[in-house]
This record gives sequence, C-alpha cells and structure tokens, in this order.
Amino acid sequence: MASNPFAHVVTKVSGPPSAVDYGADKLLRGVVWGAAAVILLLVAYIVFELGRQAFPAMLEFGPEFIYSTTWDVQAKQFGILPEIWGTLYSSLLALLLGGILGVAIAIFLTQDFLDHRVSNVFRTIVEMLAAIPSVVYGLWGIYVLIPLIRPGANWLHDTLGWFPFFGTSLSGPGMAPAALVLAVMILPTVAAISVDAFKRVPYKVKEAAYGMGTTRWEAILKVMLPSASSGILAALVLGFGRALGETMALAMLIGNSNQISLSLFAPANTLASLLASSFPEAGPIEVQALMYAAIALLAITLLVNIFGLWIMKAATRKFEGK
Amino acid sequence: MTGNISQAILERDLDSLPQLKGSVLEGRGLRSRIYTGITWLLAILAAFPLFSVLYMLIAKGGARINWETLTELPPSAFEVGGGIGPAIVGTGVMVGIGAAISIPIGILAAIYLAEIDPHAKLAQIARFLAKVLTGFPSILAGVFVYASLVVAMKSYSAWAGGIALAVLMLPTVILTAEEALKQVPQKMKDAAYGMGCTRAQVISKVTLPTGMPGVITGVLLAVAGAAGESAPLLFTALFSTYYINGWEGLSEPTSSLSILIYNFSGMPYDNQIELAWTASLVLVLIILLFNILARVLGRQKF
Repeated sequence: MASNPFAHVVTKVSGPPSAVDYGADKLLRGVVWGAAAVILLLVAYIVFELGRQAFPAMLEFGPEFIYSTTWDVQAKQFGILPEIWGTLYSSLLALLLGGILGVAIAIFLTQDFLDHRVSNVFRTIVEMLAAIPSVVYGLWGIYVLIPLIRPGANWLHDTLGWFPFFGTSLSGPGMAPAALVLAVMILPTVAAISVDAFKRVPYKVKEAAYGMGTTRWEAILKVMLPSASSGILAALVLGFGRALGETMALAMLIGNSNQISLSLFAPANTLASLLASSFPEAGPIEVQALMYAAIALLAITLLVNIFGLWIMKAATRKFEGK
Repeated sequence: MTGNISQAILERDLDSLPQLKGSVLEGRGLRSRIYTGITWLLAILAAFPLFSVLYMLIAKGGARINWETLTELPPSAFEVGGGIGPAIVGTGVMVGIGAAISIPIGILAAIYLAEIDPHAKLAQIARFLAKVLTGFPSILAGVFVYASLVVAMKSYSAWAGGIALAVLMLPTVILTAEEALKQVPQKMKDAAYGMGCTRAQVISKVTLPTGMPGVITGVLLAVAGAAGESAPLLFTALFSTYYINGWEGLSEPTSSLSILIYNFSGMPYDNQIELAWTASLVLVLIILLFNILARVLGRQKF
C-alpha cells in the first residue's frame, strides 16, 4: 500500500476550532460590540455634558433667552433671537440658491445630458467644492466675493431701497455674501443626495414616458422629478441642516451683528458664529449663556437632520420595497 | 376590416397624415431646448466658485510658497517674512491624534454593524446616530470638548483639538467602512465558513482584507475632512506661534493651518493676508492629496 504522499505536509485534515480560536472569536465579538456602543455613549455624553453646562444658564435666563434680543455681557442680559433669525434666514437663502443649483446639477448628471467623460468632470468639480475647507471659503468671500457683489448690491439699494430686501447698503460683511458662500457649501450635499434619488427611479419609468411621446424635459419635470421627489426633499432638508451648523465661513462673512433685518445687505449673526466669535474671550457667565446657545443650535440641527434622515428612509423604501 | 384601414392609410398622401415628428421651434421642443440651456448655465455657474477659489489660491498663495514660508514661525504684527511651519505641524499632529482614536473604534464598530449583528437593536441605533452625527455642527464638537476636557485640564491643548477632530471623523469612518465591508461578496465568506472558520477568522482573514480598499477610502476621506476643520479647534487647541515642543507640548495650545487662516484673514497687514492665502493653498493641496489617494485606492473591485 502506497503511503500518503502529503503526510509530511498535512498532519491533521480537519478538526474543530481550538480553545484559542473560540477565545479569539468571543474576544472579537465583545470588542466590536463595545466599539459600536461607543457611539451611543458618545452621543449621550455630548447631550449630557452640554446640558449640564447650560443648566445654570437655563435656570437663570429661562425661556426668555430664546426670544429676547440683547447680548450684553456687562448687563448680564443674554438673548439669542437675532442669532436664531440669522441662522434660519441665512440657511433658507442658501437653501433656495444651493437647492436650485444642486437639483439642477443632479438632473444634469443623471438625465443623459452628457457623455460619460464630461459628466465625470462635473462630478469631480462638485466633489472638489465639498473638499474645500470652510475657512478658505471665508477667505475667498472676504477678498473676492464681497468686492465682486458690492457694486451690484449698492446699485440695488440705491434704486430699489424701498424694498425691504435691499433696505441697507452693503458696506462689507453681510447676509448676502454669507448666504452665497453657504449656498456653494451645501450644493455638493444637495447634489449628491439628489443624484442618488434620481438613480433610484427605474429606467423603465423614463422609457415609458418617452414612449408616450414626451420631450426630454416633459419626462424630467412630469415623471422623473415627482418620482424622485421624496429623495430630493431629503437632500434639501439635509442640506438645510448642514447650512444651520456651518460656522467659520459665516463667522468671517456675516458681520457678527446682533440685529434682525430682512435686508440682504445688512450684517447679521448666527448661533454658530456667535459661539465661534464669543467663546474664546468669554467670562464664566457668558460661557454659560453660550452653552445655552449651543443647546439651542444642537436642538435645531438634530431636529432638522432626523427629519431629513426619516424622509430619506421613506424615499429609499419607496423603490426598494424594504 | 383592419386590413382595409391600413391599406387606406398606405394609399393616402403621406403629407396629409398627422406629423408625429415635432419641429425644432414648436412650443414643446423649444421649451425643452430652453430648459437644457438653463441647466448648462446653472452647472457652469456652480463651477465658477471652484475655479475662482483655485485661481486665487494659485495666484495669491503660490507667490509665497518656498522653504522659508513652509518652515518659519508666523510673523508678529509689523514683521515682514515669516511662515506657517508650526501650523503645518500642528494640523498634522492633531489630525494624527484624531485618526489614531477614531480609526480603530470606527472600523471595529463597522465590523459589528456589517458582519456580527446588522439587525440588532444596538446596530440600528448606532447606525442611526452615526448618520445623525455626520450632520452634527462641527463647532458643537469644539464646545463639547471644551466643556469636558479643556475645563478639566485647565489648558487648551493639541490633545483636546485631536479629540474634537476624532468626534467628527468617527461617523464618517464607521459609515464608509460599513459600506465597504458589506460589499464583500457573501460567497467568499460562505466559502470560509464552509472550511470551518470561526466568525473572527472569517472577519480577519476574508472580510477585512477584501474590504480594505473601501475602508481605506473612508479613512482617507475622514482625514481630509478633519484637516480642513477649523471650528472644533477654535477653543480646544486655540493657537500658538511656536512649534509643538515634544510630548509635553501636546498639552499646550497648538496652532493649525485653518485657525491661522482665520486669524490672519481679519488682520490689516498685507504680509499676514498673503500668508493666509499661502496657508490656504497648502491646506487645500493636503486635502486634495488625500482625496486623490482615496479615489485611487478605493476603486471598486466587485
């Protein structure tokens, strides 16, 4: 009988996992479970820590903090209504502009307008827009955008000054440059999520529309856009959420002035840029008030983001049937 | 009957049949063309800021790129010359601290989400919170670390800055790594299980190595994002005009490129503003480098 030619290589053909293997398996499961739990603990700790720090200010200033308008450290009067207004107003303006541009780009990239190579160029451009840091946009805003739009803004103010949106002249930083930069910054978010939304609509749907004799744009506006609408809504809400929390570019461009104005050219302030500009030099009492403002910002952004994620989930479900 | 009708159509003069092909200038066709034109315009409009920013970075920032600028200390008010050396090192060190914390935790958590128990309650909550955290305002990471660490340590430090960056990198690492691990074909894992591997062996010998390119992409994107962050460093690392001084220097205020840009952008001195542009160019080059690496390494295999 011939002996097994592999005997010197294979000593044991098979066997159950050793105790070490079992141990390693248990250990890995435990470690990865712990790592997943870290994110829960982190979020809980963030909410707890911010809440704990803001608590004295919440007791002291109460709900009045939200709707009063002065921020006076000497008089110990703190109110963030102008900042809440500035945050919402700048984000809405940015959403209007960035939303239109973002959805247009998504249509442009997904509805067979371009051949493969050109659409890759535009996709890269959008990704690069997202990669440029906030401070660099701020710097660009100060030295390029503000000088660029100032003549136009002041002409609008001179000729249409009775119109509340153009009620003041643009002397430097202000709402318009801040909102414009913000629009550029949320455009990639809106475009990327909208592209996914359009891609989820089955190609058959569009073919059916073409089969009915629609033009390309009738197919896009009457069939594709409504079909992708929930995904696009999610894109807009998440873009809005991004705009609400954006800090540095706004701190550099919005003018940090505590006032409520409809004028696009007046300086204003946002919650995030209030934190950025006041925190480094704040005394203990002001720090508490700033923590209260941070909680307000956290609450607003969490609500908007959770709402956006919820819509996105519903939108995905629509086509994937999960 | 039907044969007669089609015969009648065939015999009729073709011009008198209803025209199915629309003319270029007909209302619907024209409208379609106008919309297409508008879309082109909007796309070019959206590309304008990018080219404007890049032009300014090269024109204004490129002028001062030299060894002296890249290594020297930042200048004080009326000084000429100077550089951004400490800021480059500071950004590198703090991003490094952030990466060292967030990458292991992120990848391990992703393994849990993708492999161990994707549908468990913990996995669902963790995934949801990670998504919520991607929209977390970066300044709040700074406020959080200030409240929990800077106050306790009684000093601004590179540690605090790095931890604030880690908070922001973690969700990106988790979500992209989970996506990458999910792309590993089930068949490969089944083959390994069929050979008698334990869960841990399948993960360490099949899933992780196969999914690694995607995981690395996510890590590089997280690093690129963190390098450009400034809001979380504003009152955790603060700023410094000197190089980090050894291990103990990590517990002292530290400079970073992004905060240098922020501080210098508002100064009334040309020298500082030029340096802000140079720092921007360096920062954008670093970020683009990581983005390109992420693309090259992350090409989909399946």
